[in-house]
Amino acid sequence: MSATGALGPAAYWQCLAGIIRREALRWVHQRGRFVSALVRPLVWLVIFAAGFHFVLGVSISPPYRTYIPYEVYIAPGLAGMIQLFNGMQSSLSMVYDREMGSMRTLMISPFPRWFLLICKLLAGVAVSIVQVYIFLAIAWFWHIRPPLTGYIAVLPALILAGLMLGALGLVLSSFIRQLENFAGVMNFVIFPMFFTSSALYPLWRMQQASLPIYWLAQLNPFTHAVELIRFALYGAFNPVSALVVCAYLVVFMAAAIVGYDPGRGLLARRGGGGTDG
Amino acid sequence: MSRDANPHAALSVAGLSYAFGKRQVLRDIGFNVLPGDFTVLLGLNGAGKTTLFALITRLYSARAGHMSVFGHDVERAPLAALAHLGVVFQQPTLDLDLTVEQNLFYHAALHGLSRAQARGAIAEELGRIGLLGRRHDRVRALSGGQKRRVELARALVHKPSLLLLDEPTVGLDMESRHFLLQHVRALCATRAIGVLWATHLIDEAGDESRVIVLHEGRILADGSSGRLTAPGGTLKDAFDALIRKAAA
Repeated sequence: MSATGALGPAAYWQCLAGIIRREALRWVHQRGRFVSALVRPLVWLVIFAAGFHFVLGVSISPPYRTYIPYEVYIAPGLAGMIQLFNGMQSSLSMVYDREMGSMRTLMISPFPRWFLLICKLLAGVAVSIVQVYIFLAIAWFWHIRPPLTGYIAVLPALILAGLMLGALGLVLSSFIRQLENFAGVMNFVIFPMFFTSSALYPLWRMQQASLPIYWLAQLNPFTHAVELIRFALYGAFNPVSALVVCAYLVVFMAAAIVGYDPGRGLLARRGGGGTDG
Repeated sequence: MSRDANPHAALSVAGLSYAFGKRQVLRDIGFNVLPGDFTVLLGLNGAGKTTLFALITRLYSARAGHMSVFGHDVERAPLAALAHLGVVFQQPTLDLDLTVEQNLFYHAALHGLSRAQARGAIAEELGRIGLLGRRHDRVRALSGGQKRRVELARALVHKPSLLLLDEPTVGLDMESRHFLLQHVRALCATRAIGVLWATHLIDEAGDESRVIVLHEGRILADGSSGRLTAPGGTLKDAFDALIRKAAA
């Protein structure tokens, strides 16, 4: 790299690789995070789904072509849940980094801030995708066996869904001042998003039960992330969900870039979490 | 007090003011740091030192005034300006779960260096601070003084020409403080790095240093330690007198 600030494509790549490497190292070193990321969806799959084994009744809805047991239905939702939690974990780590000061080392890098945020986002997505594949591998032994091509087709869906949920995490992290406030995110973002989505129950069921909640679920970005993953996992494409996820991604990313802009963002208005000496 | 921006300066600050809401933190700050200069920014807690650093490193955006690093305007050409900068922040910023070397590689990547490019620089800087043998240790296992040394090594991995240190010796024992001071002074002499060293510890200024006294967001004095000190007096006497005069 030259000191004139002229950074070539190779330097950009080094920066991205370095941020991804750090995220992966942190993930591996923090065993608790590693284990809980896997245990959480497996608990849902093994215990929760067992209780609701026959709950779906007799309807067949796309992308499924046959009757499916409940655990097959919720598996894509649990893959989405991994990404949702991971997106929020990334934002938690951003808040942690800001409180601990290590955010500063990222922000004083001579790369454009939007690029650094995208790197941070991609790093989180990469980690979440590894988690999802480990989950799907374990789920295979639990008779969640989508076609083999589905494992490949789901990759772009996971990237897109991961980016969108990670970008949401970035927006939240730019708004959250302290770690203690993160509990609020759990209560007011993760759980409502998860429960008002199609992760646990199909939308047609929701429509029968409550129209307002059905429409909330339709607006919920997590619903579309789950549907995108569900369709891709079974070799189908859901264009509406893909469009909605893309649209939310653009909105969240723009908001995150504004949130981390030193001139306009909340970082400056709040004093950036530092003390003055 | 403000001096005009100097295009040859490692760091040039002119007419800089900043406020958090209605609270004015910096008022019309101006000074230059030349390549090879060791400049001490002396001020009590709350003087505005950290805010000044946050503005130079573009963590905050300046709304009034001008700052440049080797002629690169911090607001208009932040990337070029940041490329010259090495920073040791007041808060520890190392990742405790990673090893010393992993932390330094991460920093090198943030400056666009490949692992091959960074490897030599990391070994060199760790060798210089006597911690090459600890490079595979987790940062968590290091003492406070050793962590601070690693922060300094990290700030130098990408070969910056301007080094900013914000209260780098807070909480360190005398030996570690002495080591850091000597090391940074040597960098000024041997590599012609411009240094801005913020502190509230008057004895860190030494007899030869240039001292900028910052108090409640204003520069009260700017000159060599010897020039600020009255005959027979100490720098602490001079500092106390300036603070009393400002309060009057």
